[in-house]
Amino acid sequence: MSQRGGRAMRLNGLVRKEFLQIVRDPSSIAIAFLMPIFLLILFGYGVSLDADHVPLALVAEAPSQDSADFMAALSGSHYFAPRVMQSMAEAEQALRLGEVRGIVRLRADFSRRMRQADGAPVQVVVDGVDANTARLVEGYVEGAWGNWLAAKAARSGQALNTPVELQSRIWFNSELRSRNYLVPGLVAIIMTLIGALLTALVMAREWERGTMEALMVTPASMTEVLLGKLVAYFVLGTGGMLLTVGLSVWLFEVPLRGSFWVLWACSSLFLLAALGMGLTISTLARSQFVAGQIAIIATFLPAFLLSGFIFDIGSMPPMVQVITHVIVARYFVAIVQTLFLAGDVWSVILPNAAALALMATIFLTITWKKSRKRLE
Amino acid sequence: MMLQRILALVRKEFLALLKDPRSRMVLIVPPMIQLLVFGYAATFDLKEVPYAVYNEDGGRASRDLLAAFAGAPAFKQVAELRSEDEIAPLVDVRKVMLVIHVGPRFSADLQAGRTAPLQVIIDGRNSNTAMIGLNYVRSVVDGFNDDWMSAHGLQGPPARLQMRAWFNPNLESRWFFIPGIVGMLTLVVTMLVTALTVAREREQGTFDQLLVTPLRPGEILFGKTVPGFVIGVIQATVILLVATLWFKVPLLGSLAAFYVGLVLFLLSGVGAGLLISALSATQQQGLLGAFLFMVPAVILSGFATPIANMPKVVQWVTLIDPLRYFLVILRKVFLEGAGFDVLLGQLWPMALIGAVSLILAGWLFRHRMY
Amino acid sequence: MADGFVLEAEGLSKAFHAGGREVAALAGVSLGIRAGAVTGLIGPDGAGKTTFMRLAAGLLVPDAGRITVLGLDATRDSLAVQAALGYMPQRFGLYEDLTVQENLDLYADLQGVEKAARPARYAELMHMTGLASFTGRLAGRLSGGMKQKLGLACTLVRAPRLLLLDEPTVGVDPVSRRELWAIVDRLVKAEGMSVLLSTAYLDEAERCAEVILLHEGQVLDQGEPAAMSTRMAGRTWAASLPGTRNRELQAGLQGRPGVVDALVQGDHVRLVSAGREVAALQADFPGIDLRPVAPRFEDGFIDLLRQREPGQPHAGAANGLGVTDSGSADGVVIKVQGLKRRFGEFWAVDGVDFAIRRGEIFGLLGANGAGKTTTFRMLCGLLPASAGHLEVAGLDLRRAASTARGRIGYMSQKFSLYGNLSVRQNLEFFASAYGLAGQSKTERLAWAQDEFELAEFANHLSGDLPLGYKQRLAMACALMHRPEILFLDEPTSGVDPLARREFWQRINALARAGVTVLVTTHFMEEAEYCDRLAIMAAGRILAMDEPAAIKGLARTNYTPEPSMEDAFIMLVERAELKEAA
Repeated sequence: MSQRGGRAMRLNGLVRKEFLQIVRDPSSIAIAFLMPIFLLILFGYGVSLDADHVPLALVAEAPSQDSADFMAALSGSHYFAPRVMQSMAEAEQALRLGEVRGIVRLRADFSRRMRQADGAPVQVVVDGVDANTARLVEGYVEGAWGNWLAAKAARSGQALNTPVELQSRIWFNSELRSRNYLVPGLVAIIMTLIGALLTALVMAREWERGTMEALMVTPASMTEVLLGKLVAYFVLGTGGMLLTVGLSVWLFEVPLRGSFWVLWACSSLFLLAALGMGLTISTLARSQFVAGQIAIIATFLPAFLLSGFIFDIGSMPPMVQVITHVIVARYFVAIVQTLFLAGDVWSVILPNAAALALMATIFLTITWKKSRKRLE
Repeated sequence: MMLQRILALVRKEFLALLKDPRSRMVLIVPPMIQLLVFGYAATFDLKEVPYAVYNEDGGRASRDLLAAFAGAPAFKQVAELRSEDEIAPLVDVRKVMLVIHVGPRFSADLQAGRTAPLQVIIDGRNSNTAMIGLNYVRSVVDGFNDDWMSAHGLQGPPARLQMRAWFNPNLESRWFFIPGIVGMLTLVVTMLVTALTVAREREQGTFDQLLVTPLRPGEILFGKTVPGFVIGVIQATVILLVATLWFKVPLLGSLAAFYVGLVLFLLSGVGAGLLISALSATQQQGLLGAFLFMVPAVILSGFATPIANMPKVVQWVTLIDPLRYFLVILRKVFLEGAGFDVLLGQLWPMALIGAVSLILAGWLFRHRMY
Repeated sequence: MADGFVLEAEGLSKAFHAGGREVAALAGVSLGIRAGAVTGLIGPDGAGKTTFMRLAAGLLVPDAGRITVLGLDATRDSLAVQAALGYMPQRFGLYEDLTVQENLDLYADLQGVEKAARPARYAELMHMTGLASFTGRLAGRLSGGMKQKLGLACTLVRAPRLLLLDEPTVGVDPVSRRELWAIVDRLVKAEGMSVLLSTAYLDEAERCAEVILLHEGQVLDQGEPAAMSTRMAGRTWAASLPGTRNRELQAGLQGRPGVVDALVQGDHVRLVSAGREVAALQADFPGIDLRPVAPRFEDGFIDLLRQREPGQPHAGAANGLGVTDSGSADGVVIKVQGLKRRFGEFWAVDGVDFAIRRGEIFGLLGANGAGKTTTFRMLCGLLPASAGHLEVAGLDLRRAASTARGRIGYMSQKFSLYGNLSVRQNLEFFASAYGLAGQSKTERLAWAQDEFELAEFANHLSGDLPLGYKQRLAMACALMHRPEILFLDEPTSGVDPLARREFWQRINALARAGVTVLVTTHFMEEAEYCDRLAIMAAGRILAMDEPAAIKGLARTNYTPEPSMEDAFIMLVERAELKEAA
């Protein structure tokens, strides 16, 4: 038989073997298909940075037409679930207990000072523990205040005195739905987990079950064994990837502005890198226990916190920014967020895709170098 | 006699866990590194937001306004544009997050007492960053307006907002996240210690050996619980020291409340880990179980995204997440200086979760078929 | 290959690092293996058999020396060597989640067997292994013996010129063992294949054309197996002493000067004397009846090993115990009636009855999956019974108070120890777990280290111990609290003949002291050491009696002196026939 014919036959046999094993072992199917659905629904519904109906204490120390007017502006906003309180002491207690996230206080002299030159002060206290939500609450209160001012000015027929008026235009995600940026990032996180978990155990499993020794004495080379696994899990991972992208677009209604084929190509590169990482772990560990432990430590938390999925990499200290370069998910997060929301922006996609290709090459080379046909 | 047996069990568990230098490494080194890296990484505060200026006006007023941006530490100008066409390429590739566009009639409008529009284009791909950036811009513009009005003797608005943030006056989000990381890493370590112990003994056959000795399931359970506790307490203490001494997060509340919370949290974490372990026949299953518990527990704990923002159904699910309660305790103790009175509502659910899971795990020791 | 050697080793050495020590697996091995014959590689655990096989397959690189396989250097041309030979590792890597056919297809693809040639080859292999009707079954669902046969078939999809088989019959029931040997013999005779086979079953050595004895990484002897037994001619006896139980006699003989080996075998004690002269023995045991019997390969092997390790094993007389008798008046300690256990639709144990008296050694003999271990786990309270009644010292251990478990000792087939704890830490832990404290704990720890010669390993990790020492440690842990009932689940599987002898000596001593022993095994010869035994298959007891009586069941004109294996095979086949009818 020709050299090439033999190789094709061996590879064919190895790939078929991997597929049969996948089909017979429900846990790989579960990792590839059930886990993405589970995580995506969990993340997709569970994770949102948009505050809505924030409980807010309203304290008007001397109720009047003016104060009622101001409070109405706050109550009208869907951002708040206002609770009217009688005294500042009561409101402060509620804030301390976490029952409200902020207090808006109109002092007894509100109506009187409104008519003075420097205007009446409105005291706003927010719970600063969750700084992000606190800032959002501040922003919402400011928005309601602005509306109130504008409405008041319109009623009195007086032009409102605003020297500079901010007109903001938000590109790509005009309603600022946090889901629109979280869900594409999730695709990257979930694929990291799948890629690594699928392959982290497979090489170690062959060692532990003794099948590796039997494979080694056949003419199949280590490259062919690795290639067989890579092909099979690549196909499986692509299935999981399509499922996550499909759910993102149809269930979570995230717009996909870029080309699907570019997404496909980039995901394939990313999948190669993630699978390569799993294979590297598996090859180096040789025991399922250690491999699994490393996989957990090295994948989830770093991908969650350091990929730019939630926390902006640009805001991290330079040292930490350097560290993020070894996180595979980082590059894919940048690509998917752009592809979904902005479109085919080549100057973002190409460098990141190149980085992915480099990572994939590094991981696969390590795996290949480390898996020799020897038992030592 | 019974005490003797239990002591022997505890000793054995510690040896099994710590004798191997690799296990010692895994338990100690990654959590430390992760605390440092994540502590720096986890922040919503924006620093040096890159922006570009497209000034069509060039008048005095516009220069004053832009100077206000240039002087703010949150912003960093990276480009000066000459035409509208230059905007899109910069934003698309994320060179800049926002573009400040001053129209040609800006200074003239202002001088004439008319309202001058200031256009800001912002990259909304990361909606949270965009929102925060926009807030920063607004506060710079507000400051400019106040200055302008007082300089030109204009009538101000009838009411003005005086904002104040309690507990975290500068709204540093790091203060918010670092206590969260303390809880998260404690959970991860607890899982690493407990989730595989029973499964490992089952695979090696030593679990049968234990069950045929006079040891009662309760005693075996106790023996397996202690290392998780001790390692968890030590780990959390070290992390606590790093958080306060290195990251300078204020610790205002009572240490006693912190430790009571920690012990109950460990009880529930160890319980969940042992339950997973008792349910699994192999280490692989234990690992997958640990993972399927850990990821949702972190996501739904309110670590990065407030529980209040979640849909009602998901909020119910969070009720069985021990990390949720511990995070509240951590944040209240660290930042609000809370004592026991405020925390009672967080303590009993963890105790309940811990008790239920431990009882189930103990029952499964003897009754799980495999 | 002019000299007809298919495999040649010259000064082959290989060492491994374990626990900071360097362990020599092979030390200067030189040998040659003849073409067209079965060569046996025989030796105790850790003799270096597997290392030799792996070196021959090019899976390891030797530290020194050369190994040539089919004229190729196995180290430099490992790919070419692997393409030319067939190698079946100890645990053949069958993909258990693939069917028989799929496993075959995979190895045919990997070995590059032409598609056109496959149907004929498959048919031949399936016929040879008797797996033809199971091609659609998952490999994981096959019995141990069938798995080994499938492994062999996979190794043979492309007929190799040299076949390496590493302990192919470990854990395989006697019926399948016979079939495997039939296949190997056929390959050699019909296809002219050369086979190198390693084994710990010494009766198999006699089937080889030539054997190589390995011990501690060195070749002790090489030659025809018959030569080994011939050397022992005139030194093997069947001993019995009227009025003395065989077990007492064996204990008396073993370890005495002039005695190489003494084994209880059914109704007599098989004795190997140091020389042909036995007058001294006859003087020491007045009235002893010594009937000459034919020497076996095993006798020569033990003799050789004893010469190298003159230290006699401990007599193991004392567990230092006066056992309290908690059995009922008739002396029955373990009672089982109509015991059943179901897993899903499958009855693992399907109605088992027996009663074991105090001080009795009771054996459960059966192939893998016969229901031995399930019965065992139910008795120990590890598994609830689906139906039936069981009593251990008058109690059901599953429901009894935890202190009742203090009366039993349990040793599982895997020698379950904490591998990452040291020997001493394991002993201390189990002592405390059984409630020993203070003086009695110190005493028992000292006893265990002394009795089982564990002192020199006290600080070693138990996971790094040689198998024989692991077994000793497991037994020490099980005996720590002087149990009155001992449960032993396949206590000797994978352990070499010397360690097995030592082990049975201890068991005998315990039984003499009144300890009740329930033991499972698939070593037929071990069944001979029991007072009574039950042969199990498919969850039922086929026969239960004294060993001699069970052997007697198989007595025919053709086999006037049937072995336990003959009896076992006859019983199993008869049960299968009945099943089929």
